[in-house]
Amino acid sequence: MQRHLISAADLTRDDAIQILDTAEEMARVADRPIKKLPTLRGRTVVNLFFEDSTRTRISFEAAEKRLSADVINFSAKGSSVSKGESLKDTAQTLEAMGVDAVVIRHGASGAPYRLANSGWIDAAVINAGDGTHQHPTQALLDAFTMRRRLVGRDAGLGQDLAGKRITIVGDILHGRVARSNVDLLHTLGAEVTLVAPPTLLPVGIESWPCEISYDLDATLPKSDAVMMLRVQRERMNAAFFPTEREYSRRYGLDGDRMARMPEHAIVMHPGPMVRGMEITAEVADSDRCTAIEQVANGVSTRMAVLYLLLGGAVFDAKNAPAATHTRTEEK
Amino acid sequence: MSKILIRGAKVLGGEPQDVLIDGRTIAQVGAGLSVEGAEVVEADGKVLLPGLVDLHTHLREPGREDSETVLTGTRAAASGGYTSVFAMANTFPVADTAGVVEQVYRLGQQHGYCDVQPIGAVTVGLEGRKLAELGAMHESAAGVTVFSDDGKCVDDAVIMRRALEYVKAFGGVVAQHAQEPRLTEGAQMNEGVVSAELGLGGWPAVAEESIIARDVLLAEHVGSRVHICHLSTAGSVEIVRWAKSRGIDVTAEVTPHHLLLTDELVRSYNPVYKVNPPLRTERDVHALREALADGTIDIVATDHAPHPHEDKDCEWAAAAMGMVGLETALSVVQATMVDTGLLDWAGVADRMSFKPAKIGRAAGHGRPVSAGEPANLTLVDTAYRGSVDPAGFASRSRNTPYEGRELPGRVTHTWLRGKATLVDGKLT
Repeated sequence: MQRHLISAADLTRDDAIQILDTAEEMARVADRPIKKLPTLRGRTVVNLFFEDSTRTRISFEAAEKRLSADVINFSAKGSSVSKGESLKDTAQTLEAMGVDAVVIRHGASGAPYRLANSGWIDAAVINAGDGTHQHPTQALLDAFTMRRRLVGRDAGLGQDLAGKRITIVGDILHGRVARSNVDLLHTLGAEVTLVAPPTLLPVGIESWPCEISYDLDATLPKSDAVMMLRVQRERMNAAFFPTEREYSRRYGLDGDRMARMPEHAIVMHPGPMVRGMEITAEVADSDRCTAIEQVANGVSTRMAVLYLLLGGAVFDAKNAPAATHTRTEEK
Repeated sequence: MSKILIRGAKVLGGEPQDVLIDGRTIAQVGAGLSVEGAEVVEADGKVLLPGLVDLHTHLREPGREDSETVLTGTRAAASGGYTSVFAMANTFPVADTAGVVEQVYRLGQQHGYCDVQPIGAVTVGLEGRKLAELGAMHESAAGVTVFSDDGKCVDDAVIMRRALEYVKAFGGVVAQHAQEPRLTEGAQMNEGVVSAELGLGGWPAVAEESIIARDVLLAEHVGSRVHICHLSTAGSVEIVRWAKSRGIDVTAEVTPHHLLLTDELVRSYNPVYKVNPPLRTERDVHALREALADGTIDIVATDHAPHPHEDKDCEWAAAAMGMVGLETALSVVQATMVDTGLLDWAGVADRMSFKPAKIGRAAGHGRPVSAGEPANLTLVDTAYRGSVDPAGFASRSRNTPYEGRELPGRVTHTWLRGKATLVDGKLT
């Protein structure tokens, strides 16, 4: 049984569908007057955040509390970490206090993998975003949102995303969302196209299981979902693109462009949105944009992950350790 | 002085012969020698090489004695079959004055495990702006001939040009750490398929190759010799090959780890594989092996870079770059070059002793194994097979990428000017 969730690439199709189906169950809890399950009563979960991320932290916290876990929030800011304490010491200190699971957000790619595989601690590790590597619960909540909207809430149960055409637009190079989504969506049978200026695509991307395009307009009519990623304004100072205006003109989603999408197609955004940059207010506030829904779905999906990792249910049939990349040939 | 008779040693891998050491020199090489009163070492077909010379070692003293000292580093060197090491300048304080290089040189002499030849910094504080007193370091007791800002690239073309020109006056050489700094800001590993997947900042091959291309052209223009540290890419090999064909006076080194390991290992996020320049691809590894075999790459140098445990027991981005290498270098070279048929033992002696001594002008080192030469010798049990156990290292640090890996060959004896520094695998 899988103990950690480090990378979306670690999930098999069956794992992913089980999580999505469980998340639908969890979503029903949110509709009740008392939004709480006793599943994780007496279990302690720490949200170990080395980077500020209020929305992800709150989403995990809501999920943990709805499952009745005891929650400790540990923000590295102002803590001993800023005084030079190592990740290892911090993790061991927390574990000594009896923590069952560590939800970790870290600026260094691979930090959750190290935490899970270095023998430093025994607790389950859930990656809440590491550097420019992975953000697997984001990919799961995105897939959950797509399945609900494109397949159906009930019709989707037990189903994957076979044949769905997903376009992801924006800063692929500095982002972890695109990496996680490409891995999971590929596992679920979707066809993914990444759209970005060449400067914001990593060298070596040719090995990813997706298509690459520099042309947003050509891709839109062939998309069932278009996911816009945040582009930080600072990037233009490092010559990734000339100006905000030019970026918006070539890669931003406005009303005219949205009209080129098929009628059923949705617009997604993991937030926070930079209105006027990658997305106009008109699109962000339209019915086709699922940004708010994604936030709600994030809680259900994270409840499902916590439930399956800590609740003792049979999570997966895979024998491999948690974080071996499925595309890794080694060993 | 005492006499030592090494019996039945394959000198440079040839037919078994006897070698007689008398005092500090080799007295006789031949078949069936017998000398009354000599201590006899039965070589039993082991390979006898000239003492190895490492043109690229970090001994860390002064300043980082928690990771290595001249004593522990030279003990590690003797353990690995070395009789001479060149100590890099990136210490604290930086070895950019006659005072610091003399201190390091004297510590080496005092401990007596291995000659230490300090490398002087090219620029003050390794900052790349102002030339250090290169002449004063050369004229000091340390007699510095190799200058390097290793760890940092001399990226300013004018400073590099001046350094190349200046050291000609006393036969010096500049050893360049080729790394274009702007192209490698935030670099964590080789830029390619693996970095794209792992989300680690890329260190592109072009950042090394562009500097090498510039520097060989500068060396040609001013008529100087230039040495390239730890060359790591197939493209760099092509540039050096071209430069040599053009008659440019360039030499180049490759590390053992770049001959064996690839960036696929970084998938473990284990910082023991974090090194600068980074581990490259399998294609690069093969190009480096071929270049070392055909002489395009002149020498093997370890870039022995000790780090304390805590600097590697952390997340990748926070970890220090570098690997220890003195005690495993010969085994890795045997595995990658000899056992693969690319190089014979005479070739190993050339790449790990003769040539590095010549580039660094290490007097008395890298000499033939013949009568009248200084008795700097290394005896290797090439039939040995065993897995690497860092607990047995003489180095103060354990940051080896080979822990538990099966590697061939083991140095059993090392002699420094006739004095045994290693006997039956144990330091004296």
